[in-house]
Amino acid sequence: MWNKRIAYGLALIVLAAAPLYLAPYELSLLGRFLALAILALGISLIWGTAGMLSLGQGVFFALGGYALAMHLKLANADAGALPDFMQWSGLDKLPWWWEPFRSPVFAVAGVFILPGIVAALLAFLVFRRRVSGAYFAIITQALALAAATFVISQQQFTGGFNGLTGFGSVFGFSLTDQHTQLALYWITLGALALAYLATRLLLDSRFGTILLAIRDGENRVRFLGYNPLPFKVIAFAFAGVLAGLSGALVTLDLGVISPAMFGVVPSIEMVIWVAVGGRASLIGAVLGTLLVNFGKDWISSAFPDLWLYAMGAAFILVVTLAPTGIVGLAQRWRSIPMLRRPTPPALVE
Amino acid sequence: MTAIASAAPLLEVDHVTVSYDGFKALNDLYFSMLPGSVHVLIGPNGAGKSTLLDTIIGRVRPTEGRIVFKGEDISALPEFRIVQRGICRKFQTPGVLDELSVEANILVAATRDRRSWRSFTMTRSAAERERVEEVLTMIGLIAKRKLPAAQLAHGERQWLEIGMVVASDADLLLLDEPAAGMTNREAGATAQLIRQLAGRHALIVIDHDMDFVEQIAAPVSVLHMGSMLAQGTVEEMRRDPQVAAVYLGKAPKGAADAHA
Repeated sequence: MWNKRIAYGLALIVLAAAPLYLAPYELSLLGRFLALAILALGISLIWGTAGMLSLGQGVFFALGGYALAMHLKLANADAGALPDFMQWSGLDKLPWWWEPFRSPVFAVAGVFILPGIVAALLAFLVFRRRVSGAYFAIITQALALAAATFVISQQQFTGGFNGLTGFGSVFGFSLTDQHTQLALYWITLGALALAYLATRLLLDSRFGTILLAIRDGENRVRFLGYNPLPFKVIAFAFAGVLAGLSGALVTLDLGVISPAMFGVVPSIEMVIWVAVGGRASLIGAVLGTLLVNFGKDWISSAFPDLWLYAMGAAFILVVTLAPTGIVGLAQRWRSIPMLRRPTPPALVE
Repeated sequence: MTAIASAAPLLEVDHVTVSYDGFKALNDLYFSMLPGSVHVLIGPNGAGKSTLLDTIIGRVRPTEGRIVFKGEDISALPEFRIVQRGICRKFQTPGVLDELSVEANILVAATRDRRSWRSFTMTRSAAERERVEEVLTMIGLIAKRKLPAAQLAHGERQWLEIGMVVASDADLLLLDEPAAGMTNREAGATAQLIRQLAGRHALIVIDHDMDFVEQIAAPVSVLHMGSMLAQGTVEEMRRDPQVAAVYLGKAPKGAADAHA
């Protein structure tokens, strides 16, 4: 237990010191991937522990990203003027639902609350009907498709395919400034550490035990007097909030949020990160996210056409050969000497 | 437990009919039992034994009639609410939580406050921990408490699920074939456990094995085609020609082996 804590503490220090030894471009990559890892923690919780496979986490990622981006667009527009893309589309009045995002407090709260509410609502409606397994996965994938299609089709309100970009500054700090970038990196790292801790506590509490029990035997749990529905809704909403936070941080880091970042394909990629790392392990989710994304960066710059094949191959390999991912492989590796240790004889026949 | 002396039934299956497209799995069934009493249900396959338990626990809803528990109609309550009122069931195929430890299985069952928003805690009440020890001792799995339930032998899994049902502290326990797949010795221990539980809980036990049923030493009801055919002691049921005809076969002597 303490060994683990020390290891995690050291990893945190090494990551916090990254600006000392990484070039700005690499640091920006690392920061973005750490932000994505926050979303991966949520997938590990709902898929790895609770058995709910969501192929639509991009939707909640987008809600967080757009909530912040809408504020940035308004804050960076000239006084009294509409955001640039609205002017190009010939809009002469700000849509009413953009109005509250002028408030930075509303926007930042929205980063957490909007994805949380939408995720809770979806989970409630679907799980109340006792839909589960592949049907749930298909519903979430359809949601990702619908969300991306909707955003693209409503260009005058959403920025369409190009998304929202060209923010300039965030809360008065220039986004291109090195100090802002550095602060952003540390904020991301801090957010990931907090998200990890919160998810860990959730899993170690009685809530986490019941969640695991529901995956094992939802009916058994129900017939022990529990209502599984709120447990699933809370877990799914929590994962939605993490995805939203992740989306907001990535939006700041890249300076853009667009449908290409949250549609069907990105949403499936998110699940692959977690599968590669080991879905039942939180640290696996983080490692998988870093590994796959750095791999993606490397492969897609060296062999641009190969990336999708490499990703598909990685997924097939993990599913068929190592369903517990990298973490599972590491554990198996460590436990080989233990196999040789004689097990005590069974106490009951 | 305080209600044992009173004559008010704990459970009343009040003229319940369950029909599937005209096929009546239960047919105007009336059945009642007192707090702390034990009842054994036997009957051939398809007689409606499991359907009766399904109906009591809310998995199947009565087409006609109602289930009255502690004087209240529970036929329309959600399953988990019925359990919270004090009925818990062991299923025919052991439904233990494989990835949790033996101990955690009992703990999940022994938790009194099952509301989601009260579950964000690491601590357990002393009463819950004590109950877990007690139940682990009772089902003889105290040495295996840390093992994942998936690693238990079949008989042990049955006991674990019985333990979970007991740990729920329900007033009425429904045990669907608790001794299925057990050796004679294990089945004997299970029968003894059931006798031990009587009084503190009321129990309905379904089983096929007449030797096992005899060891429970409780009133027996024979179900046939969704209706109550006969009620009495095991010996009376063995001698009853009607029962012999539908269930025990023509030769009462061979009955014990019929489903063993």
